[in-house]
Amino acid sequence: MGELKVIGGGGEVAVTTRLSDLLQWARKWSLFQYPFVTACCGMEFMATAAPRYDIARFGAEAPRFSPRQSDVLWVVGTISQRQGPAVRRIWEQMADPKWVIAFGTCASCGGFYDNYTTIPGVDKVIPVDVYIPGCPPRPEAVLDALMLLQEKIQANDRRPVVVPPRQILHNAPGRTRGESS
Amino acid sequence: MSQAVVDRLTAELGDRILETSDAFGEHEVRVAVKDWVDVAQFLKDDEELQMDHFIDLTAIDHPERESARFDVTLMARSSANGHRIRMRTHVDDGQEPGTLSRIWEGANWAEREVWDMFGIKFKDHPDLRRILLYEEFVGHPLRKDYPIDKAQPLVPYREVTDIGKLPPFGIEEGQPFARIDWEARLAGGDNQVSPAIGVQQGQRRTLSDSEAAQQIQARIDARLAKEAEEGAAAESADAAEQGSGD
Repeated sequence: MGELKVIGGGGEVAVTTRLSDLLQWARKWSLFQYPFVTACCGMEFMATAAPRYDIARFGAEAPRFSPRQSDVLWVVGTISQRQGPAVRRIWEQMADPKWVIAFGTCASCGGFYDNYTTIPGVDKVIPVDVYIPGCPPRPEAVLDALMLLQEKIQANDRRPVVVPPRQILHNAPGRTRGESS
Repeated sequence: MSQAVVDRLTAELGDRILETSDAFGEHEVRVAVKDWVDVAQFLKDDEELQMDHFIDLTAIDHPERESARFDVTLMARSSANGHRIRMRTHVDDGQEPGTLSRIWEGANWAEREVWDMFGIKFKDHPDLRRILLYEEFVGHPLRKDYPIDKAQPLVPYREVTDIGKLPPFGIEEGQPFARIDWEARLAGGDNQVSPAIGVQQGQRRTLSDSEAAQQIQARIDARLAKEAEEGAAAESADAAEQGSGD
């Protein structure tokens, strides 16, 4: 939450910070989402939204099915040329501040649909904050994206980022068999 | 499985059936465009055939043909007899076969799709609009002369010079790995991929000098050598047997 200053001591303590930092802190922990789910990535989105991954830890569990009440637009799946006007309009209806997550390879760059039907990345139509690669991405990658987005919100940084691949721990328990360490 | 249908059609309609074929038990008849609707009506109404199940109607583009560029094909089935039949007609660009939507209701949307994708009109169709694409779309994308990378966006793309993407998303968006340099290949070149991919990969592999081709060739050589060796061994064994028999 930015720079915190502790004033006083003993029985009464006050903490001060900047108002903008406090606002960004509040925003990053209450991200109402608008899921724009068009394709198979939706399955992985459902898995992420289910209790096992507990997306409520990040304050992002509440879907709002009106763009006017939501903060984050999840573009989940392939966006065809015919859907371009719809996704653009939904984005325009969202109130500021708003963020966009491109979920999966199709939403990020069009994937293998390289023809007349598909928009090669939803960023051709609306600005995107976080790209999640994967076909489809695992729920862990989605959680990484949420944490990246929270960092971006706190830092007030609007530059787009791509979720990096997780490091695979080859010596993690259960990963190797028959080998003594 | 459906030879009975072909026999019935040739017996009843005679020379209106221009051609019949049988590919692994899939039977097909070819008719002229003017007989398209009549033969379809016969398939549906005939008491023996009863082809009441419309499966699909689609088209194939053959730009290399001198005349009658398109094939329009109908796939129908009889739920009473279990027979299947495929009916085909050669259609020239601008020629209009009659609609089958009055015979089978399901042909309505199939014909709209054929119009959308190939630009073949169906005479007397009740509602011949595009079904998958948008009205603003120019051209028909499944014609082989439609440019493979031509998109017609409804929303103009944002003009952002530095969109700030990082690997794996490069400046060259999309993954055109399926694009083949057909022109070069038809002209006799053996480029296996499009120039775009060649540049992207920093190489232009050809089939003749690729590692994979060399490995396959080596494997073939090894197998031939082994077979020759075994053959020689068998021959010598035979000779030894004959020698002992004497």
